[in-house]
Amino acid sequence: MFRFLLTRLLATIPVLFVVAVAVFLILRLTPGDPAAVIAGDSATTEQIEQIRASLGLDQSIPAQFAIWAGNALRGNLGESFFFKKQVSELIGQCIEPTLALAVCTIVLAVAVAVPLGVLAAWHHGSWLDRVLMGFSTLGFSIPVFVLGYLLIWLVSMKLGWLPVQGYRRLAEGFGPFIRHLILPSITLSIVYIAVIARITRAAVSEALTEDYVRTARAKGLPERVVVLRHALRNAAVPIVTIIGIGIAVLIGGVVITESVYSIPGLGRLTVAAVLARDFPTIQAVILLFSVAYVLINLLIDVSYLFLDPRIRY
Amino acid sequence: MTLSIERLTVRLPVGGDRENAIADVSLDVPAGEIQCLVGESGSGKSVIAQSVMGLLPRTLRATAGQIRLAGEDLLQVASERLRRLRGEKMAMIFQEPMTALNPVMSCGTQVDELLRQHTTLGATARKSRVLQMFEHVRLPDPARIYAAYPHQLSGGQRQRIMIAMALILKPALLIADEPTTALDVTTQAEILRLIRELQRESGTAVLFITHDFGVVAEIADRVSVLKLGELVESGPAREVLRSPRHPYTQMLLAAVPTLQPRKTPIEGSRPVQLRTRGLSKVFHGGGWLGKRRDVKAADNVQIEVKRGETLGIVGESGSGKSTVARMVARLIDPTAGEVELDGRSLTGAKGGGEREMRRRVQVVFQDPYRSLNPRRTVGAAIAEGPLNFGASREQAWRRASELMSLVRLSPGALKRYPHEFSGGQRQRVCIARALALDPELLIADEAVSALDVSVQAEILQLLEDIQQRLHLTLLFITHDLRVAAQICNRIVVMQHGRVVEEGPVAQVFQAPREAYTRALIEAAPGKGFRFAAAQTQA
Amino acid sequence: MSEPAATVAEPAEPFLDAPPREVARKLLRNPAVLVGGAVLALLLLIAVLAPWLGTVDPTMLDPGNRDLLPGVAGEVTTLTGETFAHTFWMGTDSYGRDIYSRVLFGGRVSLIVGVAVALLSLAIGMTIGLCAGYIRGLDSVVMRIMDGLMAIPGILLAIALVAMWRASLFTVVVAITIPEIPRVTRLVRSLVLTIREEPYVEAARSVGTPTAAMLYRHVLPNTLAPLIVQGTYICALAILVEASLSFLGVGLPTDIPTWGNIMAEGRLQFQQFPHNVLFPGAFLALTVLAVNMLGDGLRDTLDPRFNERGVRR
Repeated sequence: MFRFLLTRLLATIPVLFVVAVAVFLILRLTPGDPAAVIAGDSATTEQIEQIRASLGLDQSIPAQFAIWAGNALRGNLGESFFFKKQVSELIGQCIEPTLALAVCTIVLAVAVAVPLGVLAAWHHGSWLDRVLMGFSTLGFSIPVFVLGYLLIWLVSMKLGWLPVQGYRRLAEGFGPFIRHLILPSITLSIVYIAVIARITRAAVSEALTEDYVRTARAKGLPERVVVLRHALRNAAVPIVTIIGIGIAVLIGGVVITESVYSIPGLGRLTVAAVLARDFPTIQAVILLFSVAYVLINLLIDVSYLFLDPRIRY
Repeated sequence: MTLSIERLTVRLPVGGDRENAIADVSLDVPAGEIQCLVGESGSGKSVIAQSVMGLLPRTLRATAGQIRLAGEDLLQVASERLRRLRGEKMAMIFQEPMTALNPVMSCGTQVDELLRQHTTLGATARKSRVLQMFEHVRLPDPARIYAAYPHQLSGGQRQRIMIAMALILKPALLIADEPTTALDVTTQAEILRLIRELQRESGTAVLFITHDFGVVAEIADRVSVLKLGELVESGPAREVLRSPRHPYTQMLLAAVPTLQPRKTPIEGSRPVQLRTRGLSKVFHGGGWLGKRRDVKAADNVQIEVKRGETLGIVGESGSGKSTVARMVARLIDPTAGEVELDGRSLTGAKGGGEREMRRRVQVVFQDPYRSLNPRRTVGAAIAEGPLNFGASREQAWRRASELMSLVRLSPGALKRYPHEFSGGQRQRVCIARALALDPELLIADEAVSALDVSVQAEILQLLEDIQQRLHLTLLFITHDLRVAAQICNRIVVMQHGRVVEEGPVAQVFQAPREAYTRALIEAAPGKGFRFAAAQTQA
Repeated sequence: MSEPAATVAEPAEPFLDAPPREVARKLLRNPAVLVGGAVLALLLLIAVLAPWLGTVDPTMLDPGNRDLLPGVAGEVTTLTGETFAHTFWMGTDSYGRDIYSRVLFGGRVSLIVGVAVALLSLAIGMTIGLCAGYIRGLDSVVMRIMDGLMAIPGILLAIALVAMWRASLFTVVVAITIPEIPRVTRLVRSLVLTIREEPYVEAARSVGTPTAAMLYRHVLPNTLAPLIVQGTYICALAILVEASLSFLGVGLPTDIPTWGNIMAEGRLQFQQFPHNVLFPGAFLALTVLAVNMLGDGLRDTLDPRFNERGVRR
């Protein structure tokens, strides 16, 4: 068991390394002078020289990488010339909305998708199954921003039930906090639900064809028990896996959702940074998201220990 | 009468190979009796079992007949009642113990589930009953097994748990669908013994499905024979096995190889063609972290095969016989030791020399369904070898034609795909493919194990014919002693990677020296039985 | 041996184990393939025939015609001075450009991007995956790199890449392709590893088939079906990502009409003139839905075990 944990932990190191290298290279591969790019269009020659020195651009690439990585590990993600702030400060300001949105979405998505998938698998081949899977296909076909605008138009503009856009911090009260998060969470979760429901259905359907399900039925167990206690338990590993992999989808969607709903989170920060070609920020945000993805998937791997005894022993 | 099936007909969906899976089948199983249901694959025997339990897949429907369990017609009863009867009044055990148990639940919990569903016993009472049952089926250390997970146990242990699960509520009927087919022969003997004992104790009626006549001889009171969904013969086991009346039953019984060795060793003057010396293979398991689990699949194996001889390598699963075969065929590299063909080292050959050697040793594999690429025609499969070695397309296809005739298939079928052939026919194609390069040594790795008994007899016959015609040397790997007795001159017995015994087949069978060999031969089901055909054989 | 259910004979095999003609026949009977394929064909036709379907120059600014509602009839003056009557079926945007024409021409870009990304990522991913699966030494290194790349959310990587190189059709295609390559590589590699274990591959080795021939004769044909299915999903995703990029303002320059562009420009006036967003949005959703349906149909016909693969790690 510990061997499993240790292997998984150690396996993340090369992955994180690759991520760091990739992120590092994004800036270095820009045509033109990286220092000038970072400084922005309105920088003076001295500022550019300053940046060049602080980044060590006169040194070899590996040395530069070492400097950059060393800084990053210490929490110094550089300075944004566009926003005139430390990048870490920027991120600190923007992280709450994104986190709130992400958590709401994940909870909503899993709570809706898994039961739907189980239902579809239980009634495999019936009209219910086809309808649910049809919705699933629809779900990841509609672009997030189209869905967003549709919902805004319908719910906020026509029906007036929920605020159109914007975000209220938790500190300002739980009610408004939630009210502003409902539409964005629903919008973002639709794609996630579509993916999870689909895999749940596939995994549970597959489990239902296995021999131990036949044994369970031969024992005279009611179908509900067979599906939930036997099939679903075995389908847990692929379902949990897809939740982990789906985080990447989620992060992509966060960027767009925040843009549609004017939520001042990391997604919107990224877009603004890209439009301004503010590389330190772009790098930092990508690094942050990637590390989050790796860590979440590590947690998922750990959860396998509890879900599958074959891994434990 | 515990189980009474009357004129049962189950329809197949449109597009199946016949209209009904089973048609007009009637059989009775009284309490206290073991009735065997025998048939080849596709005969519909599992369908009968599923019909009784009410576990037919949605595509199959019972369209006529009755199934009475202690008077109740199971086909008419409400599904809720049927569900209650399962486990309480009728139980079933299946073929693959490995997959029949839920891998993420402990064994004890799975048996306990049954009690929770059908009884009102409290948790402690249930647990003690489960433990009691585990003892009853002779599981060592019941408490540990209760908490263990299926993957931590052996095949035999898992099957015992299945039996425990089936019999814990003392059902009137037990249906066993090929429960020992996937087990080693020694384990099989134990499980058969267990079933017989338990059955005698509790007076359960047992419907035992199998394709193995040896098993039938071992435990059946009555036998019913199924052919393509129809019951062709039924009667007391002794009678049917000794003097079958229906031609199909007669044909099947004639095809069962006896345990009487047929061949004598060939003349000692023949040169040695294949020789292995100190052949060993170690598989490294476990990661770089934690302990390494090294598995000695083959340990210092020494065998000799004379030109023109048929040597059988016999053993149970894990004995290393397949590993040895693969090393001889150069499909895996040995960790130590040598293989020599006609005095030239196979293991040492590299590059061009290795390719040359390849031609001379060819293999027929076990699984006729997966050893042919489903996307390529049969002709392409046979011609592949010659093409690899520089033959032109014409030459290769001409050779393929010749070989198809040799294995008694029509050369016109070269353009067909594997799924258009039956299992036995596919195996013929595989033999043709193996002969395409004109080998001197042919290795048959469990080549007939996946075939029905009648098809098996044909293929064995074919192999012998070909061997004589082409002067081949045959290395025959099998776990089935009957097959070995049929076709081999000499036998090597392997266990845990080591050669345990070897000698002329008659000697090993009639006067085994080692305890393990004795145990193997003892365990062969229906050992003492002389089947119908045996009386007409020389 | 116990028998499987329907045909009381041999184990069921994946359908593609049959001559091409039968496969084609079964494909054409699948409703998802028919509907998805038909819709897609229609959209393709519309995109190709755009200049002849009653459109005007989609890039021509005409302040006189700005913000017209859908269905309004009016006049268009071309650059050469001609004037003719024209009905604005989908209205005009704030610059007076005909939305109908922009949507039709925008379809070209989306479809080109979708197909290009799918083909490119399949080609590259397949090459790397084959090598990783067959050449022992390469496997772990390649897979670590792929894992690392997969940790970076696709959209963010695409955004960063487009920001780095100036946006053009070529750079957008490459930027969207790069994050897709790891997934294809994973798929191909796992397929290769599975196929390598098949008895018929062992049999081919025993008759002396060299590695190159092995790949060509045995491995490749068995990877085609899953790759085709994956390709359609990638195409759908690429169309979405391209639209998202344009929507966020980091995609193709606005003089090339794309559905995302149109929506990006229309979002500011969404509350008053929703037609700017809803029409291209509908087309986008329809296209992606059609491609996804086609993918589902292909998967059900060619490769029913698709969903299980790549989910287990």
